[in-house]
Amino acid sequence: MTSSETAIDCGSWTKKHLLGIEELSVAELETIFKASEFFVEASRNPEKKHTFLKGKVVANLFFESSTRTRVSFGLAARRLGAETIDFSPAGSSVSKGESFIDTAKNILALGVNGFIIRHSVPGTPHLLAQQLGVSIINAGDGAHEHPTQGLLDAFTILQEKKKIKGLTVGLVGDIAHSRVARSNIHTLTKLGAKVIVCGPPTLIPKEIEQLGVRSSYDLDKILPECDVVNVLRIQFERQRSGLFPSIQEYFRLFGMTMDRVKKCRPDMLLLAPGPINRGIELTPEVADMPNSAILKQVTNGLAVRMAVLYLALSAKV
Amino acid sequence: MNTLCIRSGRVIDPSQNIDQIADLWIQGEKILGIGSNLAPNPDQIIDAKGMIITPGLIDMHVHLREPGREEDETIATGAHSAIVGGVTSVACMPNTEPAIDTQASAEFVILQAKRAGYANVFPIGAITKGREGKELAEIGGLVNGGAVAFTDDGSPVVSAEIMRRAMEYCKGFDKTVLSHSEDLDLTKGGVMNEGFESMRLGLRGLPAAAEEVMIYREIALAELTGAKVHILHVSTKGGVELIRQGKSRGVKASGEACPHHFTLTDKCLRTFDSNYKMSPPLRTQNDIDAILVGLKDNTLEVLATDHAPHAPEKKMRELDQAPNGIIGLETFLPICIQALIIPGVLTWKQMIEKMTINPAKVLGIDRGTLKPNAWADITIIDPDVEWTIDPNRFKSKSRNCPYAGWKVKGRAEKVFVAGVLKQDKSPL
Repeated sequence: MTSSETAIDCGSWTKKHLLGIEELSVAELETIFKASEFFVEASRNPEKKHTFLKGKVVANLFFESSTRTRVSFGLAARRLGAETIDFSPAGSSVSKGESFIDTAKNILALGVNGFIIRHSVPGTPHLLAQQLGVSIINAGDGAHEHPTQGLLDAFTILQEKKKIKGLTVGLVGDIAHSRVARSNIHTLTKLGAKVIVCGPPTLIPKEIEQLGVRSSYDLDKILPECDVVNVLRIQFERQRSGLFPSIQEYFRLFGMTMDRVKKCRPDMLLLAPGPINRGIELTPEVADMPNSAILKQVTNGLAVRMAVLYLALSAKV
Repeated sequence: MNTLCIRSGRVIDPSQNIDQIADLWIQGEKILGIGSNLAPNPDQIIDAKGMIITPGLIDMHVHLREPGREEDETIATGAHSAIVGGVTSVACMPNTEPAIDTQASAEFVILQAKRAGYANVFPIGAITKGREGKELAEIGGLVNGGAVAFTDDGSPVVSAEIMRRAMEYCKGFDKTVLSHSEDLDLTKGGVMNEGFESMRLGLRGLPAAAEEVMIYREIALAELTGAKVHILHVSTKGGVELIRQGKSRGVKASGEACPHHFTLTDKCLRTFDSNYKMSPPLRTQNDIDAILVGLKDNTLEVLATDHAPHAPEKKMRELDQAPNGIIGLETFLPICIQALIIPGVLTWKQMIEKMTINPAKVLGIDRGTLKPNAWADITIIDPDVEWTIDPNRFKSKSRNCPYAGWKVKGRAEKVFVAGVLKQDKSPL
């Protein structure tokens, strides 16, 4: 391909891995957003095939189930010209007792340049980054981080609101068990937004304010303040472990309904990382209203993941 | 009988309130005494100038894994590892497979230790059959087999009623009950201390309260029954305070601190390295400060390692799946010197007391002293030698040590068990 292909501004990017947002600088976040912008523009011309990662092999290593993130990463890698391998543990050696490190080393031996890893245990991508010599992109590690989700949420806010600094962003739902919450908090606080986390106290860790956010147990109280409301998914098994009494009660207290939307600013931007449970975190009308950027998030996710893969796999380390 | 004189060392024997430059005399397998010219023409003289001479150290909290998990450690490798650490007596926990819950299994431990010929190994018996928490084990038989104390360590005794009866029953043998204090409902799924760090890392926490509610229960039951209870591996500020309060009311309680709980915090988990995963977990600086105060005011009268070997293939796992625990025998002394002696938290005599006569009293064993006619278990420590911890030099079978690369000061050089030189020079 032509040399103009390498004309993306990589700023001072030197990271081979993307393990979390917490360790990124503001300059690095801006570099990712700039590259994402490039890929948003470029994708307006679907005929265009990139060759940035031509000859490279990217492996999706998903120890925990995922549809959207896996598909999004796979497509992003192929759009950049890479070959992809898909690995999920069902029916694999992992179920035969092979350790995840051995599994990854075996796939590495096929000639892989980068891994996209999702695992239910925090820190697993970090352990692989120490063990394997290639790029590791964290696609979600337990309740720790989901960096590309944090990036694409912030990128979507930036696109819609033209800024992040000074905005008030409400994160609603299961903060305690959410990697999306943590990656959002790190991204948004670094970029100067005010973040309010909101949910029942059983799902809001009392130490969370030490990350520079405010916590609230009353959604109706905080909604009028919010420029952005990001509605996190509720996992049904949390109810069974006694963290809230019933889905119905959760919905009454924290579900986004049109009545609640009326309390918000007219230009409130609604985000939801999904997969969304219509009727539990939000009603169908809310999901589909003009203020909702849920589908834009999905589109932006592709561009952000292309940017991340491009930067990490071509980083000069 | 052979006579040996260890000359001009700094002899520290807290059991006799001794800390002075002196000669220590050994005759055969027993101590002859401390002083000049206790015997004419000794067969051997060891010059110990600049060295510290102590009763052989005692570690009353180790896991030797045999029988059942010999890939992690055996009684022989564990007892060898003890000698390298300057530890001449260990008490081993009964959470083996099968558990040490019968007279025969206690006798097996003693037999294997004799065959190995390193440190003395004192078995600790299970409180309940199979450590299942349901029925009392045959405690009388275990005592006959050589068990020196009782615990289901690794797990708590969930039922307060069974714990109460265990305490009462052990009183009949004048044995101490050792408590692994943990409320399992509160710690379910936990991998590290619950707090800011666990929240940040998205890891499930074990709250301090899970340890403290159980310590409170044990103190209350000891108060009810008049039995002796020893709280193992105290890791929280609140736990130290509960033991202090219990003692001030006259409860026969003792407390134990492990080096990792006063040298490392939950911040270490930022590396996601499973060598920082143990139960109870690494806590916070606040807890460390309270443990140091507890060591100073003798609320915690015992230092022990909770030596917990795990083969690398088991420990090198995702944090959720990696087993709890680290090895500690070969780093016991230098890490305690670093954390307790160098900053002036304890004097040498206070520290050695917690590694010799105090655990001997908890276990009721005739070790930990240099009194005339005591067993000649002796540790000669070079307090000034500087070295770097390298787990590959350990005699333990496992390598799960979080202190690799630490620059430390002091280690055991010569080690005697019953008058026999088991180590002439440290291999560390």
